Amino acid sequence: MSTGLERQRQPPVEVTEEELAAVIGDRALARDDHLNAPGFVVRPDDVQDVLSDLKEQAGFDHLSCLTAQQYEDRYESIYHLKKYADPTQEVSVVVPTSIDDPVSQSAEPVFRTADWHEREAFDLVGIDYEGHPDPRRILLPETWQGHPLSLDYDQEKPQIVTLTEHANPIQPDHHKDESDTMFLNVGPHHPATHGVLHVKTVLDGETIVDVDPDIGYLHRCEEQMCQQGTYRHQIMPYPDRWDYVSAGLLNEWAYARTAEDLADIEVPEYAQIIRTMSAELCRIASHMLALGTFCLDVYGDFTAIFQYAFRDREVVQDILEDLTGQRLMFNYFRLGGVAWDLPEPRDEFIEKTRDFLDELPAKVDEYNDLVTSNEIFQVRTIDTGILEPEVAKDYGCTGPVARGSGIDYDLRRDDPYGYYDELDWDVITMDGCDNYSRVLVRMQEVEESAKIIEQCLDLLEDWPEDEREIQANVPRTLKPDADTEIYRAVEGAKGELGIYIRSDGTDKPARFKIRSPCFHNLSALEEMVQDEYIPDLIASLGSLDIVLGEVDR
Amino acid sequence: MSSNNPKQSIHDSTAPSTDTRDSRIGEGPDDRFNSKLREAFGSSPFILTKFDKFMNWVRGNSMFMLQFGIACCSIEMIHTYAIKHDIDRYGAGVPRASPRQADVMIVPGTIVSKFGPRMKRVYDQMPEPKFVVGMGSCTISGGPFQEGYNVVKGAEEIIPIDIHVPGCPPRPEALIYGVLKLQERIQNGESSPVVVKPYELEQFGDLERDELVQKLADDIDEDDLVMRYNWADSP
Ligand code: SF4
Repeated sequence: MSTGLERQRQPPVEVTEEELAAVIGDRALARDDHLNAPGFVVRPDDVQDVLSDLKEQAGFDHLSCLTAQQYEDRYESIYHLKKYADPTQEVSVVVPTSIDDPVSQSAEPVFRTADWHEREAFDLVGIDYEGHPDPRRILLPETWQGHPLSLDYDQEKPQIVTLTEHANPIQPDHHKDESDTMFLNVGPHHPATHGVLHVKTVLDGETIVDVDPDIGYLHRCEEQMCQQGTYRHQIMPYPDRWDYVSAGLLNEWAYARTAEDLADIEVPEYAQIIRTMSAELCRIASHMLALGTFCLDVYGDFTAIFQYAFRDREVVQDILEDLTGQRLMFNYFRLGGVAWDLPEPRDEFIEKTRDFLDELPAKVDEYNDLVTSNEIFQVRTIDTGILEPEVAKDYGCTGPVARGSGIDYDLRRDDPYGYYDELDWDVITMDGCDNYSRVLVRMQEVEESAKIIEQCLDLLEDWPEDEREIQANVPRTLKPDADTEIYRAVEGAKGELGIYIRSDGTDKPARFKIRSPCFHNLSALEEMVQDEYIPDLIASLGSLDIVLGEVDR
Repeated sequence: MSSNNPKQSIHDSTAPSTDTRDSRIGEGPDDRFNSKLREAFGSSPFILTKFDKFMNWVRGNSMFMLQFGIACCSIEMIHTYAIKHDIDRYGAGVPRASPRQADVMIVPGTIVSKFGPRMKRVYDQMPEPKFVVGMGSCTISGGPFQEGYNVVKGAEEIIPIDIHVPGCPPRPEALIYGVLKLQERIQNGESSPVVVKPYELEQFGDLERDELVQKLADDIDEDDLVMRYNWADSP
C-alpha cells in the first residue's frame, strides 16, 4: 500500500563518473557522452563483463533500452542503463561493430530483457548478437529480406509473407517425448488479445507448458515515420498512435520532453500545469479501458462493467475533446508548450472537469463493489499470474505492472518533469505480485490522478490572466547540433516510455528509437503463466494491459 | 404484402392486446398467442413478396459484426458499441467472436504485411454473404503510415470493401453513419463495388520463379500459402 512515506526514501548513493570509469577500467576504449548520461565505448566481446560489473558493483539494475543504429562506417548498439532505485542515475554503454561483420556479444545472460531487444535490433538494423538464445526476427515476418532501418535498405523490393507460421492446432504436438501436449494458437485475431497478438501456446492438459508471444502484426514503422518527420511539427502526431488507448498526451509528452531537452527549450510553468492536468486525464481514460477489458477477459462481462468503464471514458474523452479538439488523437502538445489555452468559457470547462472528479469517488466505489470485492473475480485473479519483483526487474517491467509487484518506481516522482514535483500525490504500490494487485494498482492510480487534476485545476483557475503563457519561443525550424544524442523517458500509462534521438544537424532526427513499456511487460508473460491454467493466461495477458500499437510500434 | 398501409380497422384496434390480457386473467379459451400481425393475416398466414427482397431486408436489419480489433480505430469502434453511441439501436450491436458467425467485418486499423494474410484468412472464413466496412484512413490508403516499409496501402489491396469511413480515427457517429449506409445498400440488394485486389494468397509453388522466390525456395514449402507484396506497384 501507498504510505506517503516513499517521498522520503533515500536514493542510493550517487555513483560518480570517476567511480564508473573505475568500474569499467581499461575496457573503456573511449568516451561517447550523451546529453542524459555518460557513455563508455567498449569492445563487442566485453559487453557481458561490463554490463554485469555495472549491475553488480554500481547498482545499475535496469536495462531501460537498447538502441541499435547504423552509421556510414559502423554499426552501434547502445545499452541505456538506469537504476530502479533512482532512474536519474544513468549510464550508456556504446558498442560499435564493423560494417562487414556486425557481431556483438549478447547481453541476455545479464539482463533477460535484452533477449527481445536484441532480436529487434537484428530484425530492423541487422546486428548479430553472439550467444543470443533465440536469434530470430521479432517484428517482421521470418521470410523478410533485408533490415529496414539499415542505410542501404530498398523499400521497393517485393517481399513474400507466409501463412504457415500458424501451425495446425489439432495436429499432435509432442513437446516432450513422454508427455502428450497440444499446440494452441491464441490470436492473432482473438478477442482476448486486445488487438493483434499471436500467442503460441503449448498445453499439457489444461496446464501451460510453454508460451511464445509472436508480435509484429501491427508493426507500423513508427520509428521510420518519426525519422522522416521534422522535429517541430511533423513528429508530434505519431506518438498519439503508439499507445492509442487514449494515452495520447502521455506519449506526446515523451516526445516533447526528449526534444525539448535536446534543443534546450524551457516550457512555461502555465503550460506545464495544463500538460500535467491533461496527461492525467489521459491516464484515467487509459486505466478505465484496462479495467473494462480486463473484466471482459476474466468473466466475459460485456454488459455491466465494460459498459460502465466506457461510460466513464466517454466523459473523459468529452473533456479532452473540449480541450484539444479531438477525441482520441489529440496532437495537442507543441515543443515548448501546448497548442492552445483552456477553452472559453473557462469556468464552464473547469466546472465540467470538477463535476467529473466529484463523481469519481462514487464510481470507484461502484467498481469496487462490482469488481474487486466480487468473489468470482477474486478467485480468478488472486495468486494467479505471479510476477516476482526480481523477475520483473530482469525483464525491465515498469508502470502498474512493476508497481503491482511491489517495485516502487514511478518516473513522475523519481525523475520529475512537468509539474508533478510541486503537487501532492502518492505512488501506489502493491506487494501481491498477482493479477489482482495489478488491477488494484490501476484503480488506485485513477484516484491519485484525480487528486493531481484537482490541484492543477485550482492552480489554473487562479492563474493571473496576463501570465497565461502557453508556448515558449521556439524557432520555426529546429536543427539541434549534429551528433547530439539523448535518451529520455516519462511515465506513460503503461510504464516507462522512453525515446532516444540522435541528431545529425538537419531538421529531422537521424535515429529515433522508442522504448515501449508494453514491449517489456509482454516479454515477462512467459514467466507469469508457466505451469498455470490456460484461463490464467488470458487473465495475465489482460492484467498486463498491453496495447499492440506500442508493443510493435 | 399487397399494401404498405395497415388496415385501418386493425391498426386502430386495441382488441388483440385486450383480448390477450383478458384471456390471461379470465375464463374461456386461451388465445394469448394472438397478435396484430396474426390478425392481419386472417386465416391465411402468407406474405407475398419476392424472396430475395425479403432476405435483403432481413439481412440489412440483423447484421452480426465480427469482433475484430486491429489498431487505434478499434478503440473508437468499441465506443460505438458501448454506452452513448450504442450501435445496437440499429440492429448491428452484437459482435461475434468467431468469423464463422459474422456477416459484417469492420476493419478498424492499419494492415501491415504480417497481418495481411491473416486478415484475408479471417475474411475467407466468414460465410457468404459478407460485407466489409473499412474504418479510418489506414484502410483507405495506409493513412499516416502510408510511407512505411511494412504497411499495406489500404485494406482494399487484400479484401473488397463496401463502405469506407474516412477519418483518423472516424468519430463513432461517422462509423454509425457508415454502418447505416451499408444497411441501406444491403436492403437494396447492392453488392460490393468493383475493386482492385492485387494481393492474394497463393501457393508458393505457383509463384513466378524470380530472384526472390529462388532465394526463399529452401525456407518455404511448395504448397505453403504465401502473399507476395510488390511494393513498387503499390499506389
Ligand atoms: S486511421 Fe488513424 S486512428 Fe485509425 S488505425 Fe489508422 S492511424 Fe489509427
